[in-house]
Amino acid sequence: MLWTDFERFGRQIDPWRELDRMSRAFARSAAPSDGEFPAVNLWVAADRATATMEIAGIAPEEIDISVAGKTLTVRGSRRPEETKEDEQYHRRERWYGQFSRSLELPFNVETDKVNARYSKGVLSVDLPRAEAEKPKKIEIRSE
Amino acid sequence: MTDTVKEVQKKEAELQTGVERTRATRVYTPSVDILERKEDIVVTADMPGVDEKSVDITLEKNVLTIYGKVEPSIPENHRLVAAEYSVGDYQRVFTLSDEIDREGIQASVKNGELRLVLPKAEKMKTKKIEVKSEA
Repeated sequence: MLWTDFERFGRQIDPWRELDRMSRAFARSAAPSDGEFPAVNLWVAADRATATMEIAGIAPEEIDISVAGKTLTVRGSRRPEETKEDEQYHRRERWYGQFSRSLELPFNVETDKVNARYSKGVLSVDLPRAEAEKPKKIEIRSE
Repeated sequence: MTDTVKEVQKKEAELQTGVERTRATRVYTPSVDILERKEDIVVTADMPGVDEKSVDITLEKNVLTIYGKVEPSIPENHRLVAAEYSVGDYQRVFTLSDEIDREGIQASVKNGELRLVLPKAEKMKTKKIEVKSEA
């Protein structure tokens, strides 16, 4: 870290702000990550689950979704833009290549009724619970 | 192509010291590719959750700002049981050199991917200079 960075803004160093900034930077670096792509958020309702994933810039037909029993698998790939000889990358931060992600669900899935939607680069897979496993509501009769 | 995507983690955008945000949301730095071609410079950014209506591109003097607003969508009657990513806006700021033809900038968003085409100004297009060897 260069101290001249601060002088540039013509301001004195505020130690509390510095501490705050450092703790935020630390929290960022220590954020949990299991290193798998794509990251999945899992939502659960009484009779179904929904898995959402951020997979930007891929054609929907390039995504392959399969469900077997309790396991959801999402596969896909993205190719880099083809470049000609006189073209040059200044920055390359986006992901390319193949990905495959499997996810264990808390229940068996009604495979025929799985629904997937891809919009704005976000994939959302709707997974209804298998009919046989659905929780049964039990009525209480008063005598 | 057999490359495997290993890890792509969202990076939170750095706040300039002393600047606070008014919207109570996280702001991420989108990953970008910058490709220089003969006639233009192409900036591509991954911004899942953003469409053409929710992205704002401003050019003030030579500072190009990309801001994508993301409305979190929660599936009805669901509760979140496992979260590996969180949703927030995107922001990224670039300083342009004078060689960009500002009038000709084009932007499009498809599948959460922003593509900006910045044409090079006429006089700035690369000229090839022949090197002559002296006899």
